Amino acid sequence: MTGASDSAHLSTLLESERETLLGRWVEIVAATMRGRLTADELRVELGELYALIERAVLGGDDEAAGELRAALGEISRSRARQGFTPTETATSVFALKQAVLERVEASADTAAYAEFAAFSSRVDELGLVTFETYAAAREQVIADQMEQLLELSTPVVKLWDGILGVPLVGTLDSARTQVVMESLLERLVETGSQIAILDITGVPAVDTEVAQHLLKTVMAARLMGTECVISGIRPQIAQTIVALGVEFGEIATKATLADALAYALDKTGAHPGERTGA
Amino acid sequence: MDRVPILKIGEVLLVSIQVDLQDQTVLALQEDLAERIVATGARGVIIDITAVDIVDSFIGRMFATIASMSRLMDAETVVVGMRPAVAITLVELGLSLGGVRTALDLEKGMRLLGAPLPAAGPGALDGR
Repeated sequence: MTGASDSAHLSTLLESERETLLGRWVEIVAATMRGRLTADELRVELGELYALIERAVLGGDDEAAGELRAALGEISRSRARQGFTPTETATSVFALKQAVLERVEASADTAAYAEFAAFSSRVDELGLVTFETYAAAREQVIADQMEQLLELSTPVVKLWDGILGVPLVGTLDSARTQVVMESLLERLVETGSQIAILDITGVPAVDTEVAQHLLKTVMAARLMGTECVISGIRPQIAQTIVALGVEFGEIATKATLADALAYALDKTGAHPGERTGA
Repeated sequence: MDRVPILKIGEVLLVSIQVDLQDQTVLALQEDLAERIVATGARGVIIDITAVDIVDSFIGRMFATIASMSRLMDAETVVVGMRPAVAITLVELGLSLGGVRTALDLEKGMRLLGAPLPAAGPGALDGR
């Protein structure tokens, strides 16, 4: 009995003044959106939410509560992708409180006031849901971009029959070395290459750590029976390497990719213009 | 206990490891191999580890031990068919297998040892 009467005033209000409240809600939200979403789009979106909130918050419908969370999640995700700020996203929900409060004040119904307090805290929870989903969606966007960046920067290309090229661009850290190593070794197995050229023209600086990573990659390739050539060693980098006392040992190093390719062609005994199977 | 079979192809001994290597198996293999090298006068040893998914430092050291052992008996060792994951593990363990030669597959390993390969029919060399 109490459950029903608790929100009787408010639900009557929400039901009878549906159009006014929804209109006011859309109006407040539209003001914060500064024309990036049209009032019609908002009306459809918020109209759906309005119906769900009516059923979930005031009617205590569990199924509707689930749907409401899903709908809010969907809205915050699309807002996050469109580049809205978290405040703008959360305001879309909080604005409903203002719209309802204005009507409650106008009706001067004290019972409705008491109900409004409870209603308000429920709406706050919903606002937090949007905020959480928003943050999660942004995190996802960042994670996706990181992954894309990693893939972008580590291509393994076939330069000739039996010769692979790995143009390294950007700083080599352990995460990237791992990716480079894995993709290089996979491609070695696929193509059965005898020589791999690691081109470090695009690596801005070589310190002991980067050198260590390069050596590891070369060792791993060697364990699979492939010789590695390091090319693209610029004058400053040569100086740094010597100054740091890094030993590249037996690994062949060349100044340019062209030199390395010539060396590799010579090693594999391939002659340009006489490609097997070409 | 499993024993790893040792096959003779011309002047080359082929050890194809198909089972999970226990430490005991490894020690038995070293013994068997040393005897077979002397008995057959082999010039080369090929260890095929295409089927090996997991290695530890003990097995990593085995390759180096077999290689030095064979070298004493004038046979050269080539490890072939190492998987990318295995190569990465060995490098992370700091084992670079200094004295061991390596090849991508059995055929390349045979060629590395200068062992005669079956006559190259049409397409035989393009099978990469």
